[in-house]
Amino acid sequence: MKILVCVTSVPDTTTKITFTDNNTKFNKAGVQFITGPYDDYALARAVELKEKLGASVTVFNVGEADAEPVIRKCLAIGADDAIRVNAEPIDAYFVAEQIAAVAKETPYDLILMGRESIDYNGGQVHGIVGEMLGIPSISPVMKLDVEGTTAKMTREIEGGKEDIEAQLPLVLGCQEPIAEWKIPNMRGIMTARTKPLKIVQPAGQDSLTAVANYEMPAPRGAVKMIPADEAETLIKLLRTEAKVI
Amino acid sequence: MSVLIFAELDEGKLKKSSQEAIFYGSKVAGMMGTSATAVVIGAADQGELATAGRFGATKVLHAADGKLNEPNGMAYASVVAAAAQQEGAKVVVLAKSSLGDAMAARLAGKLKAGLAPNVIELPDMSSGFRVKTSIYTGKAFAFNELKADVKILAIKKNTIATEETDATATVENFAPSLNDADFALRVTNTEKATGDVLLPEADLVVSAGRGLKGPENWGIVEDLAKALHAATACSKPVSDLDWRPHHEHVGQTGIKVSPNLYIAAGISGAIQHLAGVNSSKVIVVINKDPDAPFFKSADYGIVGDVFEVLPKLTKAVQAL
Repeated sequence: MKILVCVTSVPDTTTKITFTDNNTKFNKAGVQFITGPYDDYALARAVELKEKLGASVTVFNVGEADAEPVIRKCLAIGADDAIRVNAEPIDAYFVAEQIAAVAKETPYDLILMGRESIDYNGGQVHGIVGEMLGIPSISPVMKLDVEGTTAKMTREIEGGKEDIEAQLPLVLGCQEPIAEWKIPNMRGIMTARTKPLKIVQPAGQDSLTAVANYEMPAPRGAVKMIPADEAETLIKLLRTEAKVI
Repeated sequence: MSVLIFAELDEGKLKKSSQEAIFYGSKVAGMMGTSATAVVIGAADQGELATAGRFGATKVLHAADGKLNEPNGMAYASVVAAAAQQEGAKVVVLAKSSLGDAMAARLAGKLKAGLAPNVIELPDMSSGFRVKTSIYTGKAFAFNELKADVKILAIKKNTIATEETDATATVENFAPSLNDADFALRVTNTEKATGDVLLPEADLVVSAGRGLKGPENWGIVEDLAKALHAATACSKPVSDLDWRPHHEHVGQTGIKVSPNLYIAAGISGAIQHLAGVNSSKVIVVINKDPDAPFFKSADYGIVGDVFEVLPKLTKAVQAL
């Protein structure tokens, strides 16, 4: 079984987001970049499937050289090799095109990624890749097992979940609790240094969207404190002042 | 040339988020000097379908093939793509939801469309086509220029306040040919909470965290939610501890909500939690720790014991 795990390099979840150049560029200064948290779940499940069933796991990233620490960490966690498309991930369509190009050359049984990247929160790439390859896409997947050529999955839906079966190949957007995040051990870190990382040039240049500029949310007004023994006042204020109930 | 809106059904009724999408789409159509057409897929009666007119759609295309009775992102995306072709639609609007998200991406692939996820305002068409979207899980906004010929807008809840008229939409049967490959998934089991207010659709949300001390104490949260007709939610630790199901977890790696009112009880307000709730209109924080960071992001705050405050609030709501 061949598994492709697509990962993003994104600002740590505790990052205070700021912009520079008149709000046209994300301010990378002092920002710690991490593997997308959802992508981490996808990778962890891929490594588990490899250990359980035998599989090769290839990590895939569209990014510039500064994404390599994230890729090396994925190799340290247990992926066998990696492909980096040397380009800025301009938009979802562009990234999907890169994944589809690689997958057309080498067929994968499973293409896994996070349900969404935590920077743009688009959650589009898996669906577009599925469309480009003409195979099903499912997201968000919170449980994944493979028996022969059948994948058994659980997907979260509004107010619940559903169990799904489908034939490989599939593209899946993953989320917890599909697997526990894995932390690389020393041996993994050492071997990751020599695992193959192929750098390829982008296929196609289709970007269908562009960010013109950014904006920060307006700060909320000062909090109005209500004494605990007058809690019922809150309900009055919510009705007469905030007018939300 | 019309603006096309995918309107989602829940048990044969148009979802509230889809009414918003129809109203939003009709406003965009007005800006473009064209009309709004809604696509509805699955079983629904004619009277219900015609109500799309109240929110500004002049026409409803109804795809009622029995194979489409169960929600299916891939098949539904194919139906909407066929409708977009028939109507020559350059703008497709849908509300964010499990189904809407799955469809939007497949549609973008089919139509090679520029897709704006998490749209929070009407577009600016003064030069090009620009939409404001929420990014970094609500920590910032981006103004997206959609350059493709076809644009898809996935709108967040509470993006627009709907207004209703007494107009009705004409309903046309729509029966595009269906593709077998779109029915490759076999759903073997569905577990869905019934009777409850669905979290992503809810106008009011009562959420609780570890301050509740254990799953057995959730009764006071549910009581307040019931009195308010609100949905219940929880923080990540609570879902990780299995006190509550994962579909109630709001935050950066859970559900993002934007209700009119978000009440947080016993949640300290980690930055990852705030990210999932900060587009709520009004935030109420109840915590016994006066230094809980959540108070800084709240509109109303009560420093106190949730076990005393929540029942008091429930009583006050019942007395309204």
